[in-house]
Amino acid sequence: MGLLDKEFSDGNILIANVEDLLNWARLSSVWQLGFGLACCAIEMMATSMSHYDFDRFGVIPRNTPRQADAIIISGTVTLKMATRIKRLYEQMPDPKYIISMGSCSNCGGPYWEHGYHVLKGIDRVIPVDVYVPGCPPRPEALLEGLMKLQDKIRNESLRTKSA
Amino acid sequence: MKNAEEIFEILKRQFDDAIIGIDKDTPTEPIINVDPLQIHKVGAYLRETDELKFDSLMCLSGVDDANGTKVKDAEGYEFIQGGTLSVYYNLHSVELKHKITLKVSTPREDAKVESVENVWKTADWHEREAYDLVGIVFLNHPDLRRILMPYDWADGSHPLRKDYKNPEFYQGMKVPY
Ligand code: SF4
Repeated sequence: MGLLDKEFSDGNILIANVEDLLNWARLSSVWQLGFGLACCAIEMMATSMSHYDFDRFGVIPRNTPRQADAIIISGTVTLKMATRIKRLYEQMPDPKYIISMGSCSNCGGPYWEHGYHVLKGIDRVIPVDVYVPGCPPRPEALLEGLMKLQDKIRNESLRTKSA
Repeated sequence: MKNAEEIFEILKRQFDDAIIGIDKDTPTEPIINVDPLQIHKVGAYLRETDELKFDSLMCLSGVDDANGTKVKDAEGYEFIQGGTLSVYYNLHSVELKHKITLKVSTPREDAKVESVENVWKTADWHEREAYDLVGIVFLNHPDLRRILMPYDWADGSHPLRKDYKNPEFYQGMKVPY
């Protein structure tokens, strides 16, 4: 993890630079908002279950946006829901991250042409960090998406705001 | 247990002018045509009479018949003028095990149908859906709001009309792809 490779100068003292430490803490405990939308949400739940075990990456569903670091947009975003998602996003404290999961939230998916009620891509409403393609993406793909997000967080800097 | 023609005869005897006819030429079951502004009393009778006992409204559907004339507006957009919108009622009697389908047709430009909400409670949300998506107004409905589309969706914009045109924006969000 980088941090543990650092030198031990005393039995209980660990030396690291603040940026690495904070980034390591953040990327190892990406708490997600417990929030699912459509068929993709089923796959997201499967990812949280024991077989794929999202928890081993520190992803725990939280019931309030005020305690969440990330939101996985897992499914079809209707125009009606988009206004709610925007509000949830605004209620989350910084730094906050968005994973857009599946074709629907990436670009409208199967509803891109005749879905009169579907928002054609969640990035029209909130900024997305990682896009996971698929309809639905397999749990492995979502895990890959999470690891991409962790890579992003690992290279963040305190001096420049990125979230 | 009664078949559609027997039920039609009973209704015809009871209501006469409210019952417009029976259409037997359908691929599925015969359909009884009813006057949209008298459907409530017909429904109440179907439910309460001992020989009929239609205690369950299985489905209520709003349909755009799209049987008017197609007209182009100034921008070349084609919409439908005239013709009808319909509502279908699929009824079932749990006790007597018979079924019937009713249909009411109402003019597209002034689509008004009596609500049967206080005959079968099921009709409440079904009628709201037919209002929301097809734009049929149910008279005497206690709470006729949109049910699926957002409450502030443009007035007069009903997505399952055959000549529906999607708006460009909703609350600042672009709608088309
Ligand atoms: S991307 Fe496919 S699986 Fe996911 S919500 Fe859309 S339709 Fe369902």
